[in-house]
Amino acid sequence: MAKAEIAKTAERANRGRIGPRLAPYLLSLPSWAYFLGLFLIPLGSMVIMATAIGDPLDGYTISDNFAEFFTAVSQYHDEFVRSFVYGGVSTVVTLLLAYPAAYWIAFHGGQNKSTYLFLIVLPFFVTFVIRVLAWQFILADQGFIFGPLKDLGLLPENAYVLSTKWAVIGGLIYNNLGYYVLPLYVSLEKIDRRMVLAANDLYATPSTAFLRVVLPLSAPGVFAGFLLVFVTNVGDFINAEILGGPSTSMIGNIIQDSFFVDQDYPMAAALSSLLMLLLMVSILLYAKAFGTETIQDYA
Amino acid sequence: MTKTPKSPGAPLSSMDPAMLRGLTQPRLSRSNFLRGGAAGLGLLAMGGLPSRAEAKVTDWHAWWAEQKPTKNLVFANWPYYIDVTTNGSDHPSLDAFTKATGISVKYLEVIQEIPEFYAKIAPVLKAGQPTGYDLAVITNRWELEELILQKWLTPLWKAKIPNFTKHASSNVINPAYDPGNKYTAVWQSGFTGIAYNPKLTKREITSFEDLWDPAFAGHVGMMNDNLELGSAALLKLGIDPATSTPADWAKAVATLQDQKSKGLVRQYYDQSYINALENGDTWISQAWSGDIYQANEKGYKDLKFVVPKEGIMIWHDNMCIPVGAQNPLSALEWINYYYTPTTAGVIEDYVDYVCPVPDAKAYIADTLKDPAVANSQLVFPSDATYAKSHLFPAFKNYAEYKAWNNTFNPIIQA
Repeated sequence: MAKAEIAKTAERANRGRIGPRLAPYLLSLPSWAYFLGLFLIPLGSMVIMATAIGDPLDGYTISDNFAEFFTAVSQYHDEFVRSFVYGGVSTVVTLLLAYPAAYWIAFHGGQNKSTYLFLIVLPFFVTFVIRVLAWQFILADQGFIFGPLKDLGLLPENAYVLSTKWAVIGGLIYNNLGYYVLPLYVSLEKIDRRMVLAANDLYATPSTAFLRVVLPLSAPGVFAGFLLVFVTNVGDFINAEILGGPSTSMIGNIIQDSFFVDQDYPMAAALSSLLMLLLMVSILLYAKAFGTETIQDYA
Repeated sequence: MTKTPKSPGAPLSSMDPAMLRGLTQPRLSRSNFLRGGAAGLGLLAMGGLPSRAEAKVTDWHAWWAEQKPTKNLVFANWPYYIDVTTNGSDHPSLDAFTKATGISVKYLEVIQEIPEFYAKIAPVLKAGQPTGYDLAVITNRWELEELILQKWLTPLWKAKIPNFTKHASSNVINPAYDPGNKYTAVWQSGFTGIAYNPKLTKREITSFEDLWDPAFAGHVGMMNDNLELGSAALLKLGIDPATSTPADWAKAVATLQDQKSKGLVRQYYDQSYINALENGDTWISQAWSGDIYQANEKGYKDLKFVVPKEGIMIWHDNMCIPVGAQNPLSALEWINYYYTPTTAGVIEDYVDYVCPVPDAKAYIADTLKDPAVANSQLVFPSDATYAKSHLFPAFKNYAEYKAWNNTFNPIIQA
């Protein structure tokens, strides 16, 4: 067969086909459309809304009025700080609770690992709001925990936990425990047990072996779980709404009220943008400190 | 009915619990409205900047004259807000309406709260599309004023609803929020007063001042609905919320701030205030009368509801026709049918809110033989009770509404 003929055949075969170079881009089109339609456009319109001027009756006009951001900060800085404090505290406590659980399941769970994991996930089969409402009943002043304690005189009649920041933080910890256990379990499960044996052979005490082998190797799980739980907790409003008191509003509550009750869309948009920005900055700082490179080193 | 309240401050629950029937509908569930949040933000995002939609119809007389009678009606209402048969599947009043007029009714219990419902229909109305509802029951809050200001409601054709003029209580005719009943006719009304547990307060409650009693520190429940919260404070100060001015609001917010900073307030509650009362978390709380009636029925016999001596808030849920309704004449037909002692009586005997048709009282007492409802002060309030009742402030524009929010939100949002 002549060369020209071969080339012709190849051309014919390729006719009507998409060039192999283009294929990956075309295949990723749905993802791009998804990203653009459901992320970039809403994000853009949120920022546009935050800078718009007008009211719900007369409509809004596009402008470059950034005053709303400054009002948002000056009016609601307490709630921003509170959200990050509650979010941070609850995430750290969640880590402290989740790590031993994940460790135990991964290293000592034996045959029943999946059963234990299932038990951790089980509460998620009940709606989030219902789970929080359940705590409202558990923590009730005259409920089955505090009622008897007060009757026995162990607590003053006036004491209460519900409607305090402790109830809110407790709710945040309770609700997202599973989200921390799972990534931790995955990273702990992957660890080659022979590494621990090797550490022992090299005269490491169990605690040294844990601190210098297991803990660093599980860092990706710690990092991933922290992101998942921290971001969710900072933006949460259900716990503050249901378990909180007169001074426990988080920024999520304010955004929700601004949007629905006040119909103050620019304020809601400005607060949401600021929350995203602050979360992004804090995550970047966090990643820089404990970041991905370190994780890659270990992984 | 054995006893009637001797004084306005008399605890109503010491009487037959039926007298407490007023508001059986939980009003504001935050958790429900949260669910709508994401959807709402999405809509806002996709629609870009909302701009003012111009009403297409200018001459409503001509428009009504063009309408042809239809055999359907789509009625959007709150749950548990109409009579049902014991098996819960049928609404006798609607069936009777269908029988009398040949109009079949699609009855939808889609309104859980007004802000959420408004968020659902506003983008549709703005786009000039029909909402799919011929009749919706909207409370006299800002959202109703907004619907009116946006010209998103169809003016009622009065000639088609003679029964309204004939039978409506003078208290629901020509309300401040809708002069001349141009757009609305009341479906039911309800009261907001004070509830308490005498075992925990250890004394009788008669006044809004009692919500400021330091003896109840940490156990006072206030509402997180700023309209209810602000109105309670205004009533405490002896100011009528309906005619209050921003200067009054400043005074009201100062007294609320005082109440909060002294640690009196346990929490600013949505409808969950009733759980807090039942659980004993709060000893005294702002409350909707019907909730307390239901709590008594459920076994929380201790809870009592009072009409405070300073007055009580009354709110109205109104039937109105969104623009673009497909069956507007059917909607008028139903309004006309509702405003008869028989229909209003049948519905009232089940719903037990405040009835807009006073003549239904005799029908309930004589024909339905339910004197408990017929004699209830909260279903058929006396003129004295009406005289003590106050309307929410009516905001004329968004700036006023925003001013109210800016005044009272710092109390709740902290």
